[in-house]
Amino acid sequence: MPPKRRNRLLAVAFVLVGAAAAVWLLLLAANESLNLFYPPHKVVNGDAPVGVGIRAGGMVLEGSVQRAPETLQVAFTLTDRQGADFQVLYDGILPDLFREGQGILVRGQLDASRVFQAEEVLAKHDENYMPPELMSLPTNGGSGLASPAEPH
Amino acid sequence: MNFKAWWHRLGSPKWFYRVSGPWQSLFLSLALALLAIGTVWGLAFAPPDYQQGNSFRIIYVHVPAAMLAQSVYLLLGVAGALLLVWRMKLAGLVLETLVPFGMGATALALFSGAIWGKPTWGAWWVFDGRTTATLVLLFLYFGLHALRRAIPDPAAASRACALLAIVGVINIPIIKYSVHWWTTLHQGATFKLTTAPAMPAAMWAPLLVNVLGAYCLLAANLVAKLRNAILRRERSSRWVRDLMDGSQPSIGPAPSPNRPSAAPSHSQRSAAP
Repeated sequence: MPPKRRNRLLAVAFVLVGAAAAVWLLLLAANESLNLFYPPHKVVNGDAPVGVGIRAGGMVLEGSVQRAPETLQVAFTLTDRQGADFQVLYDGILPDLFREGQGILVRGQLDASRVFQAEEVLAKHDENYMPPELMSLPTNGGSGLASPAEPH
Repeated sequence: MNFKAWWHRLGSPKWFYRVSGPWQSLFLSLALALLAIGTVWGLAFAPPDYQQGNSFRIIYVHVPAAMLAQSVYLLLGVAGALLLVWRMKLAGLVLETLVPFGMGATALALFSGAIWGKPTWGAWWVFDGRTTATLVLLFLYFGLHALRRAIPDPAAASRACALLAIVGVINIPIIKYSVHWWTTLHQGATFKLTTAPAMPAAMWAPLLVNVLGAYCLLAANLVAKLRNAILRRERSSRWVRDLMDGSQPSIGPAPSPNRPSAAPSHSQRSAAP
């Protein structure tokens, strides 16, 4: 390789590595705020601030959803299925994918009694898609399909 | 043919123009056929998702668009390096002509993602790791487009765009791994190289067809734009002028509108008064 071309290659590589390092440092510094939500164990152990607008996420605990008969108010528990869970209160229309066992994101504030007062509820789905007929099969022989939520 | 000779020929616009003629129609017909099959298959015949119902079908547009958006940028970054270090003419043309296509793919990915997000997540837009990084990708395409027009000297503009393209490549792994590095709303990758997709073949097969079709469309677009750009850039060179002069006689004398060039058929003659 001619020295001129080698110098240009080195310059390009230097620019790329330098920019990558800069971006990496930026991301490292902003790491916590780049996370979209607090998982349940961070809400429970106090990492999530109280009285500040945050997002939190978890799975809707089966049997925890309680709807008010006259209003849109709903209360449910979000869990990580590893012992950490917290209660959420919400007044509004839930997304179509909201159901027990489903991953859910809530935006709002933790109040003093560590109950999450949600202003917005978002449903998180994963990259596992399957036709409804497969849902009725008892097991799929470990084909890698996600454990399905219970439709109701 | 050894690699070095092949490499030098690939860098020659004249050689590329000579060989690429049939590629354009080949890729275009492949793309149209695959996209038609994949889209009809995916929208009409693939089963609905057990949770999302029919709204999951937007995957057949969203995933190919998002893959193109990132692949095109990666291609621009590679072309930028080839231009800056090896001064490859053809790479400069790639850098110049592929930006609108990538911009369109990125816009389509964001747009289809918003349409998908509303019924499934419950929001048109969330400043999530992956969606934000894809928005940055769109701005990088805007930047490449604007930078070229901001610098009057074409060679200087190409070098500046090459540098921006190379630096912007850092965004691609951020888009790719954002769903693993941070807690995000966006789901993980649909296609992975190492594991089978987590859905039955009836769902992923049409998607694969559409993805292949999208890449064929990219190839057809690239070849067509490159051939145009080569002719424009080399218009004063001898081989282009020879090509233009040489193609003149083959067209033949222009037929006048009131006299058909082909011999009139029997029926036409009998119909004439």
